[in-house]
Amino acid sequence: MDFRFDIIAEYMPFFLEGMLLTIVMSVVGVLVGCVLGFFIALGKMSKHAIIRIPFVWYINFLRGTPLLVQLFLFHYAVLPTVLGDTTAVTSVLVTLSLNSSAYVAEIFRAGLQSIDKGQAEAAHSLGMNKFQVMRYVLLPQAFKRSIPPLGNEFIVLLKDSSLGAMIAAPELLYWGRAAAGQYYRVWEPYLTVAVAYLILTLSLTYLLNYLERRFDVK
Amino acid sequence: MISVKHLKKTFGELEVLKDINVEIKQKEVVVVIGPSGSGKSTFLRCLNLIESITEGTVEIDGKVLTDKKVDINKLRAEVGMVFQQFNLFPHKTVLQNITLPMITVRKWNKKDAEKKAMELLAKVGLEDKAGAYPDSLSGGQKQRVAIARALGMEPKVMLFDEPTSALDPEMVGEVLEVMKQLAEEGMTMVVVTHEMGFAREVGDRVIFMDQGYVVEENDPKSIFQNPQHERTQAFLSKVL
Ligand SMILES: Nc1ncnc2c1ncn2[C@@H]1O[C@H](COP(=O)(O)OP(=O)(O)O)[C@@H](O)[C@H]1O
Ligand SMILES: [Mg+2]
Repeated sequence: MDFRFDIIAEYMPFFLEGMLLTIVMSVVGVLVGCVLGFFIALGKMSKHAIIRIPFVWYINFLRGTPLLVQLFLFHYAVLPTVLGDTTAVTSVLVTLSLNSSAYVAEIFRAGLQSIDKGQAEAAHSLGMNKFQVMRYVLLPQAFKRSIPPLGNEFIVLLKDSSLGAMIAAPELLYWGRAAAGQYYRVWEPYLTVAVAYLILTLSLTYLLNYLERRFDVK
Repeated sequence: MISVKHLKKTFGELEVLKDINVEIKQKEVVVVIGPSGSGKSTFLRCLNLIESITEGTVEIDGKVLTDKKVDINKLRAEVGMVFQQFNLFPHKTVLQNITLPMITVRKWNKKDAEKKAMELLAKVGLEDKAGAYPDSLSGGQKQRVAIARALGMEPKVMLFDEPTSALDPEMVGEVLEVMKQLAEEGMTMVVVTHEMGFAREVGDRVIFMDQGYVVEENDPKSIFQNPQHERTQAFLSKVL
């Protein structure tokens, strides 16, 4: 079998551009997901059912339906209705952010609930208010415990951003499909795309391992 | 200093404190003893509202705890608490454990807080551990840091919930020594403990609790040598 490196070479600038968009979309997705997820976690832990239930269903919906379905729903229905118009990249960004916020919320919640009850009791007994207990005692510990699962979520998101190709967001897989379409070749573009994702996820894994070691004070 | 009247506490169906009436004077050291599950911890935790009060009143330094106007955080800062499991903050150094509440609650600046924290560490004999993390300390050292942390708030009362029960036997002494010193300095203290030696030596008064009631209270000598109540006798015969 002849392997046409020239196709890869020709498309390399596009693959690199696609890779950049893949990185940007998943970084934005995970960052927005972290911010939203934090408040959703707090909402889901509310003592009041009226506050809690919307957050419970927000999480249920986003974790219980396929990401691709969510992407179509946002791209073709929700965003055009709300914004009047949308681009593929906007739709992917919104969908990834919301989807990851649900997973991140569960990660934060598990992290917070894994902290021994004595920590909050001791902090309260010293006169700290709810905000201070959260800010100085519970969150730092919960955050540290959340780093490994957050890293996993980041890697999952990075791979799932490839679904953007289905609505023609020009990320990595999109350019693989473009090359395949132009040359009627499948091995070269898809192998290249696979290797590119692998490079991204492995680099991320190493980075996360490094961070985990850095944040471990002991 | 502390006045507890008809205190009741229920967890759902379970009535844990049934009718507690206790008066504690300033500078008094009151030792609470009783079998496991009798409600000693719950009683202590009601004194700084870590547990809510179901019924009755608790008055500390003239303030009624259940009064809506009382700032509960301010009140808790006046009431120090030491736990069986230490509950030090593992992500903070020993020094930071002590300065955190001073800075956040008392609004001290960092420098003054650190100076005061070092004095407190010297008091409990742990100046050299200021930069260490709690995980690297022995149980006895952890508990002494916890005491120093509570003292940083300059509390009017100190509550101790079995402060030596989680310690290896050889470390019990160093913690009791710190508590004894505190008592000598005139701190008002309520101490739940199984250390009868401490009760006898340091306690001004011993309260025996059983099944959610204060069954008997007296000065240590009288209660140990001449317990009036059958249940007190039965309990003491097991632990002495
Ligand atoms: N948060 C809680 N919820 C339900 N029951 C509790 C709770 N805390 C304590 N209890 C119950 O209250 C009783 C008294 O507990 P506690 O005050 O810890 O006793 P002691 O400290 O004397 O051993 C026990 O039966 C215990 O199971
Ligand atoms: Mg107890």
